[in-house]
Amino acid sequence: MVRLRSILLFILLFKSFGSIIIAEQSEEFSEALLLRPLPDRKVLAHFHFESKIPPTRTHGPHHSLFPKSIYQLVHKFRVREMELSFTQGRWNYGRWGGYDPISSRNAKPPGVELWASFDVPQHQVDASWRNLTHALSGLFCASINFLESSTAYSAPQWSFKSFTTNVRYGTLPREAVCTENLTPWLKLLPCRDKAGLSALMDRPSIYRGFYHSQRLHLVSNEFDLAEASSGMVLEQTLTVVLQPVTLGSGMTFGSIRQPSWSLSSLFGRKVSGRCVLSNTSNVYVQLEPNLVSELKSTSAMQQESDVKNLVSQAWSDMSFEMSDSPVRVIKEVYGFHKESSLLYEYSLANSSDSRPFDLEFRWKRPVTWSSQLAPLQASRFLMGSGNERGAIAISLKSVGRSEYTDSSDDEDGRCSLRVDVFQVVPWYVKVYYHTLKVYLDERLHSLADVIERTNVSPSEDKVSPGLMELALRLPCDVNSVILTLEFDKGFLHIDEYPPDANQGFDIPSALIRFPEIKTKLHLFEDKSSCKSPLLSKLQEESPILWYTEVLLVPLTTPDFSMPYNVITITCTVFALYFGSLLNALRRRVEEEERLLKNKATKDSSPIGVLLSKLSAKLRGKPLEPPKSSASSSKVSYKLILRVILVAGIAVAWQYFG
Amino acid sequence: MAEAEDESAKPKPRPIIRLGLFLISHSFVVSVVCCAAGVFALLLLPVLAKNTYISENALMPGSASPMLSNDDVSRARAFVNKVVSFDTKSDSSSIGLQELVAQHITDLGGEVNFHRFLPQVNKFNPLHFFSSPDQGIVQENYSCSSYGINTVGFIRAPNGDGKEAIVLVTPYNSVKTSTGEALSLGIAYSIFSLLTRVTWLAKDIIWLAADSQHGEYAAVAAWLREYHTPSFGGSGRGVFESNASPTTGEKRHNDFLRAGTMAAALVIKVTDGSEKAERDVLNLYAEASNGQMPNLDLINVVNYLAVNGQGLRVKVEKLGSLLDSWWLRSLGELFQKLGKVARSLNPQWNFGISVAEYIEGTATLASSLYNQALGVPTGPHGVFRDYQVDAITMEISSKRLANYKNRPSELLLQGGRLVEGVIRSVNNLLEKFHQSFFLYLLTSPNRFVSVGVYMIPFALLVAPLPMVAASLFADASRRNSGMENKEVTTFPASSDIPAITFGSWRWLHAAKTVFIVHFWGAVVTLLPHFLSLVPDSAPLTNLITWIVLSASSLLILQVILGSSFTLPSMTHTRGMEWTLLKSVTIAFACTGLCIMSVINFATAEMGALMLVPMCLMSRPLRLDAKAKTLKSFLRAGCNVVLTFMFFPPVTYYLWKGALVGLDNARIGDFWNWVESLWTWNSATYIYVCMVHLPCWVLCVHTLVYPC
Repeated sequence: MVRLRSILLFILLFKSFGSIIIAEQSEEFSEALLLRPLPDRKVLAHFHFESKIPPTRTHGPHHSLFPKSIYQLVHKFRVREMELSFTQGRWNYGRWGGYDPISSRNAKPPGVELWASFDVPQHQVDASWRNLTHALSGLFCASINFLESSTAYSAPQWSFKSFTTNVRYGTLPREAVCTENLTPWLKLLPCRDKAGLSALMDRPSIYRGFYHSQRLHLVSNEFDLAEASSGMVLEQTLTVVLQPVTLGSGMTFGSIRQPSWSLSSLFGRKVSGRCVLSNTSNVYVQLEPNLVSELKSTSAMQQESDVKNLVSQAWSDMSFEMSDSPVRVIKEVYGFHKESSLLYEYSLANSSDSRPFDLEFRWKRPVTWSSQLAPLQASRFLMGSGNERGAIAISLKSVGRSEYTDSSDDEDGRCSLRVDVFQVVPWYVKVYYHTLKVYLDERLHSLADVIERTNVSPSEDKVSPGLMELALRLPCDVNSVILTLEFDKGFLHIDEYPPDANQGFDIPSALIRFPEIKTKLHLFEDKSSCKSPLLSKLQEESPILWYTEVLLVPLTTPDFSMPYNVITITCTVFALYFGSLLNALRRRVEEEERLLKNKATKDSSPIGVLLSKLSAKLRGKPLEPPKSSASSSKVSYKLILRVILVAGIAVAWQYFG
Repeated sequence: MAEAEDESAKPKPRPIIRLGLFLISHSFVVSVVCCAAGVFALLLLPVLAKNTYISENALMPGSASPMLSNDDVSRARAFVNKVVSFDTKSDSSSIGLQELVAQHITDLGGEVNFHRFLPQVNKFNPLHFFSSPDQGIVQENYSCSSYGINTVGFIRAPNGDGKEAIVLVTPYNSVKTSTGEALSLGIAYSIFSLLTRVTWLAKDIIWLAADSQHGEYAAVAAWLREYHTPSFGGSGRGVFESNASPTTGEKRHNDFLRAGTMAAALVIKVTDGSEKAERDVLNLYAEASNGQMPNLDLINVVNYLAVNGQGLRVKVEKLGSLLDSWWLRSLGELFQKLGKVARSLNPQWNFGISVAEYIEGTATLASSLYNQALGVPTGPHGVFRDYQVDAITMEISSKRLANYKNRPSELLLQGGRLVEGVIRSVNNLLEKFHQSFFLYLLTSPNRFVSVGVYMIPFALLVAPLPMVAASLFADASRRNSGMENKEVTTFPASSDIPAITFGSWRWLHAAKTVFIVHFWGAVVTLLPHFLSLVPDSAPLTNLITWIVLSASSLLILQVILGSSFTLPSMTHTRGMEWTLLKSVTIAFACTGLCIMSVINFATAEMGALMLVPMCLMSRPLRLDAKAKTLKSFLRAGCNVVLTFMFFPPVTYYLWKGALVGLDNARIGDFWNWVESLWTWNSATYIYVCMVHLPCWVLCVHTLVYPC
C-alpha cells in the first residue's frame, strides 16, 4: 500500500515535473501595445507580437502557433537572423526622440529595408540571400526581389551589426508601403486581426498617420549545435505615429493643451478581448522621462505631492487622467539624478465583447516637454548643382548635452564619442572616397585624427554598389561634424533607367550608429512570471541608431522618345545612302547622254523652254539648244499634268470632303 | 577651262553640289529673299503661336477643390495686421519682424530657421563665366548691421519621404514693409497654415520669407547658395557667431535646415494695381538668366488655375510702345484678311488672327524676346534656374490694395487658393518637370511659340551668310586667277564656279585681320573688369574711358601685330582684297551667331537681325562713289545708316528712345546697362563685345577701304 502510494506519488511528481518541462518548451505567443504621448501633440502606438518556438531537435517539426512559412524559410535558407521593415514616412528624431529603445529599434528608413545573416559557408551566402529575397517578395507582396541584383545589396563588415558575419543588407527607398504588405504580415499572427490587439489595426487610421513602420525580426539559433539553443523567435512590430482627432481647430501649438485621446479615437476601434492564444496581452502607456519630470515639477508647484503620489494613483494626476486604473505602475530605476520613465500596465484579460477595452487618456492642463534626443543630430544632404558632379554631406550636430558621454572615456582620460557611419551608394553615383573630408566645428581636420577604422569597397559599374563604413572617434565637446564626399554622376545606358527616371535616383539612407552609447529601459528586475516579452525586449541593450534622409540625385535623363527619333533619322540616312549608291551603280552616263541626243526631236512650247532653262540652270550647264531639250519638255509635260491632277484631287478632297 | 572640252565629256557634278553652286552663284537674290523671309517669318510668329496645353498628366490642375478655408484666411489677416502694425523702432533688435514670422511658423507646427547673409556684390569673373554658382565669398569689411536675415519655414510632408520640396518665396523688406509685401506674407502664411494640416502632402514645403532690404534677388541667391553649396570651415561664419543676436536663446533657429531636392519654386508678390483694371491681374515673370525659361507646364498650371479657378486676368510683360504702332496694325489687318480668305476656302484653316490679338501677341513676343535676349532675370525666380529648379514669379496686382483694410480677405483667399492649387499640382508630380517645353517664347499667357517654329526666322536670317561668304570667296579667287592668267577673258559668271582654284592662300591675310579684331573684342570684354576696380567713378567717365581704352588698344594691336590694315603690297590684287575680308568677316559672324544661338537663342535672333544686313551690305564707299549711279548712292547711304545704327551704344539709345523716349536718356545709361549685363553674367555681354563689336569694326573697315 505504502509502496503503491509512493509509486503513485512518484508518478504524480514525474508528471508535474514533465509538465513543467513541456511548459518551458512549448510554443509561445504574446501581444502587447505600447502607447506614448509625443511632445508635438501626436501619439506613438507600438504593437509588439512575439512568437517563440523551441528548437526542432527537442520539439520536433510540428507546431501550432508559429507561422509555418517563416519556419520553412528559416530552414530552407538557414537564416540566423533577419529583419525586414516596411516604412512609410520619416521618424522625426528631433521631436519624437532618438535616445529611447523604441526609437532606436523601430525608426527605420522609408521604403523597405532588409538585412539577414546566414548560417551557411561564405560562398553560399549570396545565393541564399537571392533566394530569400524572392521568397520574401512572394510572401509580403512587395518588390523585395529587386534586392536580388548584386547592385542592390551590400555586405557590411562591422558598422551595421557589430557581431555577426555573413550579413547582407539592402534597401528599396522607393517602395510604396500599403495594406497589401500589412495583410500578409498579419497572416503570420495566430489570431490575425480578428481578435486581440491586432483588431485595432483599422487600415485607414493606421495609414493616415505620420509614421508607419511594420517590422519583422527573426532570430533563430536552430543551427547552433554547441549551446542549448532557444529555438526561433519571431518578433513582429508595428509602430505608428498618429495625430489624435481634436474637435475645433486648436492650432496654436504649444500654448494650448495636448489633445486627449482614447483607443477608439485613435484607431476607430476598440479591443474586445485578448487573442486567446497569447500568453500575455497587455497595453502599456509610457510617459517619457522628460514628461515625468515636467509633471513632477508642476505638481510640486501646485500642491505638495511628491513622486509617490504620481506613482501610486498615477492614472489621475493633476495634469492628466486615464479612464481605467492600471494593473500596475512600473517605474524605471535609473540612478538618482536622471529622470526615468513611467509605464502603466493594463491587461486585456478582463475585457470581452460586452465590455470592450477602451483606454482613454485626458489631459487636464497644458504640458510641454521634449523627447530625449540622440547625442548628435544627424542629417545628410546633397551639395552642388548641375548634372555633372556633386557631393554628399553628412552633418552631425551636437544637441548640447553632455550626459551621454559618461560611458566612453579614453585611456588618456579625455572624453570621446564613437560614431559609426554606414553608407551604401549605388554605382551610378560614382563616389570618390579619397575626397572624404571631415570638418570638426567648421575646421578641416585630418582624417587620421578622427577616423578610427574604415572599410571602403568602391562601387563597380553595373556590378556592385559602393560601401563605406567609418568609425569616427570624436571629442565629446564637439559641436558639429561634417563629412563630405564628392561624386560624379554617371551616364546610364538607356535600358538601365528605371521607370519614372526623371524623378531622379535615390541614395539610400546612411546609418549613423553610436555603438558605445547603449539604451535600454532600466526596469526593476522583478521575478514575476508574467513578465511581458515587450518589456524584456526593451530592457535589452541596444546601440542608438539614426537613419538619415534618403537623397534624390537628379541624373541626366535622355528624352525617352529619342529611340523613335533615332530610328527615324537612321532610316533617313540609310535611305539617302542606298539611294545614291544604287544610283551611282545603275547609271551609265555616256549611254544616257547618247540616248538624249538620239531622242532630240520635235518642237517646244514656252513652258517647255522655261522648264528646260530652269533645269539647265539647276544643272549648272549653259542652255542647250531647243532641239535637244524637247524630250525633257515632253517628260516635264507629263510630270506637270500628273502633278496638277494630284493637286486638283487633293484640293477637291479638302474642299468638298 | 571647260570651254575647250567637249560638252559630253565634261564631268557632271552631283546634284547637291550643283544646287549649292547654284545658290552661291545667285547669292545676292538668295540673301535678299532669305533675309526678307526671315523678317517676315519673325513677324508671322504671333500667327503661328499655338495654344498651350498641360503636357504632364500627373499635374491635374484644378481637379481637387480648394481647401483653403476662411479660417485660414482670417488667421492670415490677423497676421497681416500684425506685420503692418509692426514697428521696428519700438523693438530695438533688428531681427524683430523675422522673429514674428518665425514665431508664427512655430505656432503652426512648422520648423523654422534663420539664415543670415551678407549681400554679395555680384562680381564679374571673366574666367568663370559659365561655371556653376560658386561658393559664397564673404566680404570681410561689412558692418554687422548690414546683413539680412531670411526666415525659412519648413513643413515636413507627413507621409512623404522628404526627397523633394516645393519652395514658396515671399520677398519683403524687413526694415520697411509695404502693404503689398505684408499681404504676400499673409498669402504664404495662409497656405502654410493650411498645409500643416493636410494629409495629401507628398513633398516638403519650404517657405522662404526673404529679407529684401538688400534686394530680392540677393536674398534668395544667398539662401540658395547656402542650400546647395555651403562652405564649411568658412572664415565668415565667425561674424555671425560672435555677434550676440536676439536668437541666442533659441539655438535651433541658427541651424541651417534643408529639405531635399527642389521640385519647383513660386515667388509670390502683391503690388498695387492700376485703377482702370476692373479685375485683379496676375503678372507672370519667368525669364531667368541667359534666356532660360522654366518648364512651360509650370506657366500653364498657374495660368489655368488663375483663369479658370480664381477668375484672375493673367498677363505677361509686353512692350507697350508697340501697342499703338501703325505698321503693326496694318500688318495685323493684312494677316486678318489672309486668314479670312483662307477660311473662306476651307473652314478648317483657321490660322486667322484678329488685329488686336496680333498686336498684343507681337508686343508680348517682342518683350519675351527682349527679356530673354538681355539675359538678365526678371525677378528672384531667376536664381532658381541656376540650380535647375523651375520657378516663376506670380505678382498679383490689385487695386483693392489701397483700401485693403476693408476687404483684404478676398485677396488673401484668391491668392491663397491659387497658390494652393499650384502647390497641389506640383505635389502630384512624380517626376520633375520634363514633359513640356523649355525653349519657347510667349505671345500671350496661353499661347506660345516653340523652338521648332522660332528657329525658322533665325535659320532664314543666317542662311545667306555662308552662301555670300562662299560667293565672295569664289569671286575673289576668280579675279585672282583671272589676273594671273590674262588669256582667260570672259565667261558667264554662273558657269565657271566649279573652276575655282583653291590654291590661293591669300585669304589667310584677311583671316589674320579678322582674328586680330576679334582678339581686340576679347580685350574690350575684359576692360570693364579693370575699370570696375576704380572706386566711385561716374558712369559717363567709365564709358568714355572704356571707349578711349578700346580705341587705343585697337591701335596698339594694329601696331604690334603688323600691317594687317595697311594695303597689301601687290597693287593689282587691291580690288579683291576687301571681298576676301568681307567673306571672312561674314564667315566669322555666322559662326558667332550660330554659337550664340546655342547659348541664348533670343540674343542670336536679335543679333542676326542687326548683324546680317550690316555684314551683307558692307562695301567700300569709294567703289560706290566711283560708280556714281543712283543705285550705288543708295547702297552707300544704306551702308552708312546701318553701320551707324548698329554701333552698340547707338543701338542702345535708339532702342531706349523707341521705348521710353529720348528725353530722359543720358549718355551714362549705356555704361549702366553694360554693367548690369556683366554683373548678371549675361552671355549677351560676351556676344556684344566679342561678336557684334568686332563685326561692326570690320564692316567699318570695309566701308572705308581704299580702292
